[in-house]
Amino acid sequence: MEKTFVCIVCPNGCTLHAAEENGVISVTGNRCPKGEEYAKAELTNPVRTLTTSVATVFPDRPVLPVRTSGAIPKDAIMPAMRVIAGLRVNHAVACGDVIAENFMGFGVDLVATDDLRV
Amino acid sequence: MADYDVTVIGAGPAGLAAALAADEKGKRVLLVERAARMGGILNQCIHDGFGLLRFGERLSGCEYASRYVRMVEAAGIETTLLTFVTRVEKKDGVFHITLVTKDGVRTVTSTALVLSTGCRERTAKQVGIHGTRPAGVYTAGTAQYYINILGEQPAKRVVILGSGDIGLIMARRLTLEGAEVLGVFEAKSTPSGLTRNIAQCLDDFGIPLHVSHTVTRVFGDARLEAVEISEVDEKMQPIPGTAQKIDCDTLILSVGLIPENELAETLGVTLDPRAKGPVCDQNYETLVDGVFVCGNALHVNDLVDYVSESGASAGAAAADYSGKARELAELTADGGFLYAVPERLDTAGDLSKTVVFFRSREVREKSQVSVSVNGETVFTKKYQRLKPPEMERIEVDLSRVKPGDRVTLELREA
Ligand SMILES: Cc1cc2nc3c(=O)[nH]c(=O)nc-3n(C[C@H](O)[C@H](O)[C@H](O)COP(=O)(O)OP(=O)(O)OC[C@H]3O[C@@H](n4cnc5c(N)ncnc54)[C@H](O)[C@@H]3O)c2cc1C
Ligand code: SF4
Repeated sequence: MEKTFVCIVCPNGCTLHAAEENGVISVTGNRCPKGEEYAKAELTNPVRTLTTSVATVFPDRPVLPVRTSGAIPKDAIMPAMRVIAGLRVNHAVACGDVIAENFMGFGVDLVATDDLRV
Repeated sequence: MADYDVTVIGAGPAGLAAALAADEKGKRVLLVERAARMGGILNQCIHDGFGLLRFGERLSGCEYASRYVRMVEAAGIETTLLTFVTRVEKKDGVFHITLVTKDGVRTVTSTALVLSTGCRERTAKQVGIHGTRPAGVYTAGTAQYYINILGEQPAKRVVILGSGDIGLIMARRLTLEGAEVLGVFEAKSTPSGLTRNIAQCLDDFGIPLHVSHTVTRVFGDARLEAVEISEVDEKMQPIPGTAQKIDCDTLILSVGLIPENELAETLGVTLDPRAKGPVCDQNYETLVDGVFVCGNALHVNDLVDYVSESGASAGAAAADYSGKARELAELTADGGFLYAVPERLDTAGDLSKTVVFFRSREVREKSQVSVSVNGETVFTKKYQRLKPPEMERIEVDLSRVKPGDRVTLELREA
C-alpha cells in the first residue's frame, strides 16, 4: 500500500509518502522524525487532537474552550462531540484544569484551554 | 515629561509582547485595550497549532494568549481595558492619546507609541457579489465569534467562499457543531490557506475544495436561501454557462484580512501598498519618528509566533526611543514578491541581525532568494517551494549598509 498526504504536525506541512511492504512502513518526504511517526499512525491508527468548547451555566461566558490532552482515534471525533454536548461547567476554571478525566476511556483528559473567571 | 515612556495600543499577542519588552527595560508602560479582556483575536481561536516556535508546544490560540496575559499581569504592567483610542496627535515631540471609556474621555501623553491594533476582515461589500443582502452571510471571523464566544450555532447548510485559513478552520468547526459544509469555493487557481489546514479541516471531513470557482449571486429575502456558483477564468471572470445553484442557509466569507490602520493614517504614517501596513525600518519604527508598529497591524501573519517576535522587537525599540535622527536606506523587493518587510533600514541602528519577512507572489518550485547591496550579493537562500500563504523569515547581516545605498531583495529560479 502506498499513500501520499500532508503532515499536519507543524506549520512546515511536509508532503509525506508512506509505503507498506510486508508489514514494514517506510516514510519519505518528512523533514523530521515526527513526520515519520505521523505517517505510520495515518496508515495504522489515525489519531487527532480534538479542540472544541463545553457549555457553561454562566450567561456571560456561555462556552469554555477545551481540548483533549493528547490525540484520540480519528473516528471517535464525532462521538466525542456528542459526549461533550452533554457536559455543563458550573464552576470557575483555570486554563489547564481537567474537565473530564480519562475522557471516553482513551487515556487522555479533556482540559480547559482558557480561564473561566466567575 | 510625558505621562508614559511607551503606550501600547491593542492587547493582542503583538501588544502583549511589546508591553512586556518595554517593561523589561524599566520603562513606564501603558497598555490600552478596547475589549473587556486581553488576548485579542486569539480569545476566539480555540483550535490548536499555536506556539510551536515560541513554546515548542501545540497550544490553542486562547492558551497561547493566557500565557502572555499571565506574564503581563505578573509584571504588574498598567493596563486599561474597555478603553478605545480614538485619536493620537504628535505635539512638540510628544504623543497626546485620546482614551474613551464608559466613564468619559481623557488624554494621556507618551514619548513613544506602539500600534498593535491587529487586522480586519474583508467583507461582502468588498468582494462584490450580486443579489439581495439576506441574513446568513457572515465573515469567517464573525462566525467564529458566534460559535466560540457566544456559544451559538445558527448554520445548517453552509457554503464557504474563499480558502483563507479562518474559513478552513471554520469549515471544521461548523462540521463538528453539526452543520453540513457543502464546499469551499476559491476564485484563485490555488488555495490561499495553509496546506496543513486543507488536510486537517477539509480532507478529514470529506469537505470538497473547488478552486477557480466563485459565488456570483445570493438568493433569499429575510434569510439566505441559496447561492449561485460559477467557474472563473484566469482573470477571475465568471465563465458563462457554468453557473449552478446551491441551496444553503449560510454563506461564510473568508476572503482575506487587511491591517487595521485607522490610527496610523491619522498620524500621517506612510503605508506600503503591497504589505498594506505602515512602511517601517528593522526596529519596526514607521516613517513618523516614535511610532512603532507590530503584529497584524504591520502585515497579516499566518503564525502567531512571529507576531509575538515583532511585538517584542517593537516594544524594546520603543523603550530605547530617544528622538535621535535616523539615517534611512531603502530595502526594495522585486516583482516576484507579494511583499517584504521592513521597507527601510536605519543605518544609524544595529543591522547585524536584520529580520526580513516576505511572501512570494506565486507558487514556485526551486527558487533562490538573495539580498544585494549596490548590486553585490550579500545573502542567498534556496527554497524547494515557495507559496504565498506561507510567510518566510530570513535573518541577514546588513551592518555594511550606509545611507543612500541600494538594498534589494531578489527572487529567481535556483
Ligand atoms: C478572525 C481571525 C481569526 C484568526 N485566526 C488565526 C489562526 O487561527 N491562527 C493564526 O496563527 N492566526 C490567526 N489570525 C491572525 C491573528 O490575528 C494573529 O495570529 C494574531 O492574533 C494577531 O495578533 P495582533 O496582536 O497583531 O492582533 P489582534 O489579536 O487582532 O489584537 C489587536 C487588539 O487591538 C485592539 N484594538 C484595535 N484597535 C484599537 C483601538 N483603537 N483602541 C484600543 N484597542 C484597539 C483589539 O481590540 C485587539 O484586542 C486570525 C485573525 C482574525 C482576524
Ligand atoms: S515532517 Fe516534521 S517538519 Fe515536516 S511538517 Fe511534519 S512535523 Fe513538521
